[in-house]
Amino acid sequence: MKKVLGILIISLLSACASQTTQPTAEVEDRSINAGDAAGEGNVNTIDSNGANFHQLQDPNSILSKRSVYYDFDSYNVKDEYRELVSAHANFLRDNSNAQVLLQGNTDERGSREYNLALGQRRADSVKNMMTLTGARDEQIEAVSLGEEKPRAMDNDESSLGENRRTDIIYRGE
Amino acid sequence: MFAISIYLHRFSRWFFIYLLCVTNTPLYAALDIEIFGGGATRIPIAIVPFEAEDKLKQSVTAIVAADLQRSGLFKLIDSADFALYEPADIVYTDWTNRGANALVIGRTKMMPDGQVEIRFRLMDVAKKLQLENMVALVPVTQLRVAAHRIADIIYEALTGDVGVFSTRIAYVIKNGQKYALQVADADGHNAQSVIEYSEPIISPAWSPDGNQLAYVSFENKKPVVYIQALTTQGRKVVANFKGSNSAPAWSPDGKKLAVVLTVQGGSQIFLINADGSGLQRLSNSSGIDTEPSFSPDGRSIIFTSDRGGSPQVYRMPVTGTATGSAERLTFEGNYNVSPHFSRDGTQFTFIHRNNSKFNVAVQDFATRQMQLLTKSQFDESPSFAPNDKMILYATKIRGRGILSAVSRDGQTRQQLSVQVGDIREPAWGPLPRKK
Repeated sequence: MKKVLGILIISLLSACASQTTQPTAEVEDRSINAGDAAGEGNVNTIDSNGANFHQLQDPNSILSKRSVYYDFDSYNVKDEYRELVSAHANFLRDNSNAQVLLQGNTDERGSREYNLALGQRRADSVKNMMTLTGARDEQIEAVSLGEEKPRAMDNDESSLGENRRTDIIYRGE
Repeated sequence: MFAISIYLHRFSRWFFIYLLCVTNTPLYAALDIEIFGGGATRIPIAIVPFEAEDKLKQSVTAIVAADLQRSGLFKLIDSADFALYEPADIVYTDWTNRGANALVIGRTKMMPDGQVEIRFRLMDVAKKLQLENMVALVPVTQLRVAAHRIADIIYEALTGDVGVFSTRIAYVIKNGQKYALQVADADGHNAQSVIEYSEPIISPAWSPDGNQLAYVSFENKKPVVYIQALTTQGRKVVANFKGSNSAPAWSPDGKKLAVVLTVQGGSQIFLINADGSGLQRLSNSSGIDTEPSFSPDGRSIIFTSDRGGSPQVYRMPVTGTATGSAERLTFEGNYNVSPHFSRDGTQFTFIHRNNSKFNVAVQDFATRQMQLLTKSQFDESPSFAPNDKMILYATKIRGRGILSAVSRDGQTRQQLSVQVGDIREPAWGPLPRKK
């Protein structure tokens, strides 16, 4: 019985894994036209094969929470998000194949390129906390979307606050 | 899958007689121009409608007049009621009475092969002399190009400066969830998409020869620097390192780009060959270093850095890898960003935050005096015209991004707006020919 269960789990996991390796629509989007596709090159293709992936989607798990919010002009991870970041760091430590993309975001005030650098600081702050908690540097890519991908479009303070965040995205998701 | 269309065609760089006949359908409505204010000493000029130009699809003199007026350096004298095409027919007192210093006359003629012959003359009213004279054969699709060239000739003859009416601008337009990198004539007309995408595009930068655009695309869930050739439609990745890749700036010889990478931690400025090889770190601070802009001689870079606590403009030598060699240039206020060198290298334009407003400013390297040129709320991305007389920038009106240009002295502002879409990230391209 145990053996059957084990096979079930393995096949369940491999089902997850095969799903995650499907190219997403965005990957398709990358090629401008057929002739260019080959030259696009050197983009990492990694996913979370073999990880306990279902935990990441389980609404009852803290791992399903993926956003860290910041105060205005700040990139420090606030105390209320430490548990969340630690949980993801532990997950990365325990699942050495798992990899995350951390996307820092800012509100829309000011220079786009300077905001891109500020968003990077937000992503870096989460990355630093994760590596201190046991995740490896190779598992984490910290990037910035600056002010380019706002989640909230309004200009009031709560919308601006909604846009000051880092999102945690697992490779293959 | 979202198809990307590349429509852009280059026109002859030397003279428009030999222009290729290309027809392109602009994707968006043309930009309109509004003028606020104007310089105190404007040159009064009369432009008589050219013979038979009412039979053309496009009035040549209307474009010439709009170009000259937009520069803020000319005052148009009403001459619509004149039918005057040859120097022998000019009654100079008619024009001195109207206060005109210069007079433009000409003819257009449809040729049997479908091309248009344009003859134009620029006359000095006081001296009763012909200053310029030109005959050109133009395909009907290139009448705008011909008109811009005529405006350049007039501008150069009367001001002594290089005209920029034949140059092009690049910018990003957002329509709903679609982004397009577009190139248009300097007056905003003839807009064509270089690339269209469903993810953001920022920071377009012209190669010095005007044949390529570097830009940042977010199509791969992170910022990556690409170069798009305008002639061949080819596109290549220049910088796609771990982390973020952004803020491309071309070296004046077109061989290298300064880019901002986070691959070694923080946001720092690197040099990279235009083919993506030969990466070399340039800045070395624990803060943010971004938005590089090369000096015209290629020997130094100005950039934004918050190493002193707030974002300010700094300058560093391009060869100097020694740390701490950057010199701070801005001191007023706690937010000075997005610096761009003037083409003559004597000044730079940037965005200065003034309380809650973000405005276009210029500063002279010699005097270190900052001058604010605008009073709007949210200005971004200023860059000099190829003759340094105007600064192109993005601003917001009722939440929508539009392009504006302000004269170097702040006296004349023009607004370029489209009917639909949100425009940002303008960059003024180089002259189509050498001085």
